[in-house]
Amino acid sequence: MKLKLKKGLTLNLAGGLPDTVSVQEVFPALYAIAPDDFPGTAFKPVVKEGDSVAVGSPLMFSKNNPELKIVSPVNGTVKAIVRGARRKIINIILEKGDVKVSTPALPEVVDANTAREFLANSGMLALFRKRPYDIVPMPDEEIRDIFISAFDSAPLAASEKYISSLFSMSDYQAGIDVLCKLTSGKIYLSHRKELNFDSLNGVEKVCVEGPYPSSNAGVQIANIKPVNKGETVWTLSLETLGRIGRLILKGEYNFETMVAVTGPEVENPSVVKTIIGAQVEPLLKDRIAQATHHQRIISGNVLVGSAVSLQDFLRYPYRQITVIAEGDDRDEFMGWASVAPSKMSESRSVPGHFLKRLFAPDARLNGGRRAMIMSGEYDRVIPLDILPEYLIKAILSKNIEDMEKLGIYEVAPEDFAAAEYVDTSKLPLQQIVRDGLDYLRKELE
Amino acid sequence: MSALRNYLNRIKPQFEQGGKLHAFHSVFDGMETFLYTPRTTSAPSGAVHIHDSIDSKRTMIIVVCALMPCFFFGMYNTGYQHMLALGQTSASFWSLLLYGFLTVLPRVVTAYIVGLGIEFTFAQIKKEEIQEGFLVTGILVPMICPPEIPLWMLAVAVAFSVIFVKEVFGGTGYNVLNVALVTRAFLFFAYPAQMSGDKVYVASGTPFGMGEHLPDGFAGATPLGQIATQSGPVLDIVGVNGAPVDTWQAFLGLIPGSFGETSTLCILIGAAILLAFGIASWRIIVSVVAGGLLMGWIANMCATPLYPASFLTSLDQLLFGGFAFAAVFMATDPVTAARTNTGKYIYGFLIGVIAVIIRTYNNGYPEGAMLAVLLMNCFAPLIDYCVVQANMRRRTARLTVKN
Repeated sequence: MKLKLKKGLTLNLAGGLPDTVSVQEVFPALYAIAPDDFPGTAFKPVVKEGDSVAVGSPLMFSKNNPELKIVSPVNGTVKAIVRGARRKIINIILEKGDVKVSTPALPEVVDANTAREFLANSGMLALFRKRPYDIVPMPDEEIRDIFISAFDSAPLAASEKYISSLFSMSDYQAGIDVLCKLTSGKIYLSHRKELNFDSLNGVEKVCVEGPYPSSNAGVQIANIKPVNKGETVWTLSLETLGRIGRLILKGEYNFETMVAVTGPEVENPSVVKTIIGAQVEPLLKDRIAQATHHQRIISGNVLVGSAVSLQDFLRYPYRQITVIAEGDDRDEFMGWASVAPSKMSESRSVPGHFLKRLFAPDARLNGGRRAMIMSGEYDRVIPLDILPEYLIKAILSKNIEDMEKLGIYEVAPEDFAAAEYVDTSKLPLQQIVRDGLDYLRKELE
Repeated sequence: MSALRNYLNRIKPQFEQGGKLHAFHSVFDGMETFLYTPRTTSAPSGAVHIHDSIDSKRTMIIVVCALMPCFFFGMYNTGYQHMLALGQTSASFWSLLLYGFLTVLPRVVTAYIVGLGIEFTFAQIKKEEIQEGFLVTGILVPMICPPEIPLWMLAVAVAFSVIFVKEVFGGTGYNVLNVALVTRAFLFFAYPAQMSGDKVYVASGTPFGMGEHLPDGFAGATPLGQIATQSGPVLDIVGVNGAPVDTWQAFLGLIPGSFGETSTLCILIGAAILLAFGIASWRIIVSVVAGGLLMGWIANMCATPLYPASFLTSLDQLLFGGFAFAAVFMATDPVTAARTNTGKYIYGFLIGVIAVIIRTYNNGYPEGAMLAVLLMNCFAPLIDYCVVQANMRRRTARLTVKN
């Protein structure tokens, strides 16, 4: 099956990966898991500070369904449980080390029920997302289809070659065999044409062409088989598929991940092999450019991700660290009128739009927040059969009926990232969609 | 540059909460963001980290730039029509331009002072940033009025439409009707004597001592105004000097009319700027022209002396009056136009058709472009509603097929 997407966004950012790069392994001492990265349910810790944990042993469980667990990505000890306002857990910090505890046993996968139990207890399910709502799924949901994305179209992301190198085809096949037990629907695996998965069985392979956001699960689902009201679709990354397979085949937890360290403020962009939740500083050591101006380190890419400090940790599910200039220490005289070739834009009114060059944008809004003025801007970069402006307006007016009819079940905040970038009015579209999804779920569940 | 920055930093505290000039906070903020790109950066999470370089200021200024050819030609043409009516054909290019400039300057200044004053006040009351919408409106208003519209009328009309058409709905981006066109409509219905007839479209005054008073007997009706009083089938359109006006002159814009709307050539240059920069919607412009041509052709096929404008060819329909200006600068206002792509075709096409219908089949109104755009402004949300419903139905159909 082929899927060709035309709409989207191509950003020519400086600090991209060279064509070939040797992968370096960096395994810092500290790791952290933030429950906020697993939205949709509240998590309760099962460990205390000082406890020893093995890789795969539970750190937290869901209040709604205690079967659903977040597990430790490393062997070591719980260094701290950081809490914020109203004792909300910010993250659980782990220190890597040798421990003498063992991981709890998992059920053997024989049918749908044991497969669900297996995924929930092994912490794998927490790495999934579902449509609607773009949240962590619950183990007992009825699933229409499952979508696996084997590439990343985000700006400066590592190519599929690196993403797929962590696991072998037999791992993927074993993972697919588990997923097949969960649904009578199809399992789709989307990939770039550069890499084929012909040897895998039981999965519908979709070769996707197109710019960002063609790797978004929401975009693929909507173009292959849109989510209707009342349907649930699970999505996962190729890495997670491999993790499941490895666990089944060898009983071995592997939370390694390939992180692309890139951006205009990175000196030698590279791919780093590390573990989910790794501390940022060791990953950026000798890579971040020394500068007198402020920098913004993003766990994620320039369109979707969280700003972090060097002492913070990789956030899930991002496989990138992007460093750009912050820009809050810059004075730009009449920047709105500038014709400087360094200005990056999708608008033909900016000369840089026509230049074949790389850009180093900073984090400024480049303007003030306005009401929605220009029309049709969002449509050009959102490859979905939805009317983005009207969906946003329905969300802002909290009109649930219209939200449903306009397709809110099909979208995730990340699907609006490209639109948020091009927006003349600088509206916080991703936040609006997130709030809309949360509101809808609160009202309907 | 840093001296200016330092000066702004020094006076800034006075405009902040508790400062003695806090009542002018919105003005200061407007100036500061105009001079320097704000340092505001993206939210740390849940948002994009980089933003496109385009913003509302740039967009609006490009529209103003696209209006400049029409504006300068309007200055020239105002002087040209004045001297032509006087019978002075020897006046130099620069003196014609200067005459027009001195005529329009007080109108532009009045429109901006009144409009921006109200915008600043509302921004201050609502504690919001100043919106750039009036930058365009302020230059549009004098361009779509007769060159010598009395200043107090202009001030009243601008105040009325900025307050009751825009601000009460929430400001730029929330208005249903085009603010500049409502200003014109307000003038047209409140002060018909100054907005129609065969005298008002040729400047007759002596701004700052330039030019001479025109004799009372001169005839300066616009081409469409003249046609409305004839019976065809051959239409006799003359300039203010009594010589016939040909299509070429109408295309260049050397005919009496509202200040900035006469030159189809300059409007085409403006359209090229807007389309090249991707600011205006080509869907709207193309469909307004298509609608005008089609309706002009139909009217011309069924030409009748009862409605003399029906003897105009469809090309003439586009060249005379405010049709081209409305198609390029009025219909394309993104806030008041249809917002869906399908809706834009319907919206634009109907503007073209209705503009020609009004000017052809209603002898009371020689020109219908303004009313056509305003009417379709009202219907744009309905058109979009239908397009949105179609999208919703597709989604619902998918659901019922499954069940």
